[in-house]
Amino acid sequence: MSLFDLQRAFRDHILAGDDVPLNTVAPGAMRGLGVYRHAYRAQLVASLRDTFEKTWAWMGDEGFDTVARAHIARHPPQSWTLNDYGADFAGTVRALYPDDPEIAEIAWLDWRLRRAFEGPDADAIAPEKLGDVDWDSAVLIFLPTLTLGEVETNSAAIWGAIAEGEGVPAAKRLPQPGAIRVWRSGLTPRYRSIEMFEYRALVLAMAGSSFADLCTLLVENGDKDQAVQRVGTALAGWLQDGLISAVRQA
Amino acid sequence: MTDIPIFEGFGLGLRPPHFNEFLEEDVPVDFVEVISENFLVAGGRPLYVLDQVRERYPVAMHGVSMSIGSADGVKPDYLARLKKLADRVDPLFVSDHLCWTGIDGFNSHDLLPMPYTEEAMDLVCANIARAQDVLERPLLLENASTYLTFAGDRMSEWDFLTEMCRRTGCYLLLDVNNIYVSGTNHGFDTDAYLAGIPADRVRQMHLAGHSQGETLLIDTHDEPVPDPVWALYEKACRRFGPRASMIERDDNIPALSELLTELNMARSKARLREQTP
Repeated sequence: MSLFDLQRAFRDHILAGDDVPLNTVAPGAMRGLGVYRHAYRAQLVASLRDTFEKTWAWMGDEGFDTVARAHIARHPPQSWTLNDYGADFAGTVRALYPDDPEIAEIAWLDWRLRRAFEGPDADAIAPEKLGDVDWDSAVLIFLPTLTLGEVETNSAAIWGAIAEGEGVPAAKRLPQPGAIRVWRSGLTPRYRSIEMFEYRALVLAMAGSSFADLCTLLVENGDKDQAVQRVGTALAGWLQDGLISAVRQA
Repeated sequence: MTDIPIFEGFGLGLRPPHFNEFLEEDVPVDFVEVISENFLVAGGRPLYVLDQVRERYPVAMHGVSMSIGSADGVKPDYLARLKKLADRVDPLFVSDHLCWTGIDGFNSHDLLPMPYTEEAMDLVCANIARAQDVLERPLLLENASTYLTFAGDRMSEWDFLTEMCRRTGCYLLLDVNNIYVSGTNHGFDTDAYLAGIPADRVRQMHLAGHSQGETLLIDTHDEPVPDPVWALYEKACRRFGPRASMIERDDNIPALSELLTELNMARSKARLREQTP
């Protein structure tokens, strides 16, 4: 048997997860194979627990490990780095717990905060450098760590309470759908709950719409003045949180 | 390919619970070792910490993802990232393990055992040559703990390592605990292992603890270095001379002071070599 075939057979044995004999190993090596089968899954569960710490805290050991093992069975790792493992974990959670959407949302927040932690560096622009900006043609460039997600539950409040060691609220649906933005300020990952208006504005702005276009595209009920005012309020929040790294003129 | 000079120092693995102490205090170590993959990231706190630590201590880069024994080769993207990090760090050593971690698009993220055959030798040496070309420096390869052997094995682990070094010019990171664990699991003579290793290729030694599994010793890095490993380290010091040595602790990580006490034990054991004819 070639080395390539030997390694593929070894891989298949690990993935199968049972003690089917492997004829390439030495006699008496079945216990050793068991060590590798166990170590493969144990390490991935530990990695998921580390990345999705608040999801783990919310679900408890048994519930989390059940989902983790289901995820491992569905998604064998492919990347060279363990840091990439878990990119689709929130999707597995959503599929297994369709009636508990807060769990997938907490998992999403865990994942995005971890990615922000080690994401690309960029400095936020100082507000005083915006004095000469022509806002009609201004296009905002955001930090590369900024990401957005839509939510329908109080998952952000749950995540925050777990992080602070406070009393964790019960899961509940929001009166109306909302969103969360995640970014890194300096070396510290951060998140904030936002309304859908700001979410839509950010989606457009991150796609390259000019500030003037935002105000036009986000008009509701024909009230452009109100749209300009709300976009302006959102912009103030983006500047205050240090989300903008540059402004270019379209 | 340039030679790697011998570094006679004692170090510790840099782990997150001890980041602040390494950044704010003068920790009595001669070098630190980092897990390369923890710093193969775009930015943020990991690279900030690494840069700060590098200003204060020599750094060895130790990887777990090169998969030098994979039959489908070493990943160019991984090597490119590792080269970039090595250029940033200017490390004492760049090391990984004699093992494979995945094949054909799958990555186990575990250090899987190699068969010791001529085909594996050719493959490993070709992969080492490719990696050393990209990195523009010789590699150190570490002996991994193993829990099985292959029916097709044609040579001992130490003969494999020796021939691998001869063909490629790479060096060795000898993990003394792994020699003990594999020796116990497979019943080979650890003294013969040390005697079979070419002293001029050894540049670094790891010390760690292990756990007793149901029937096998497991390389867990979650316990202090046990007496049999210290005894083997003494022999290794006599055989190889002064080499960069360090305590490798990855789980159940104690206070830094506890690891420094263990490191003093390593210094004492290494000094015994000088006192013994």
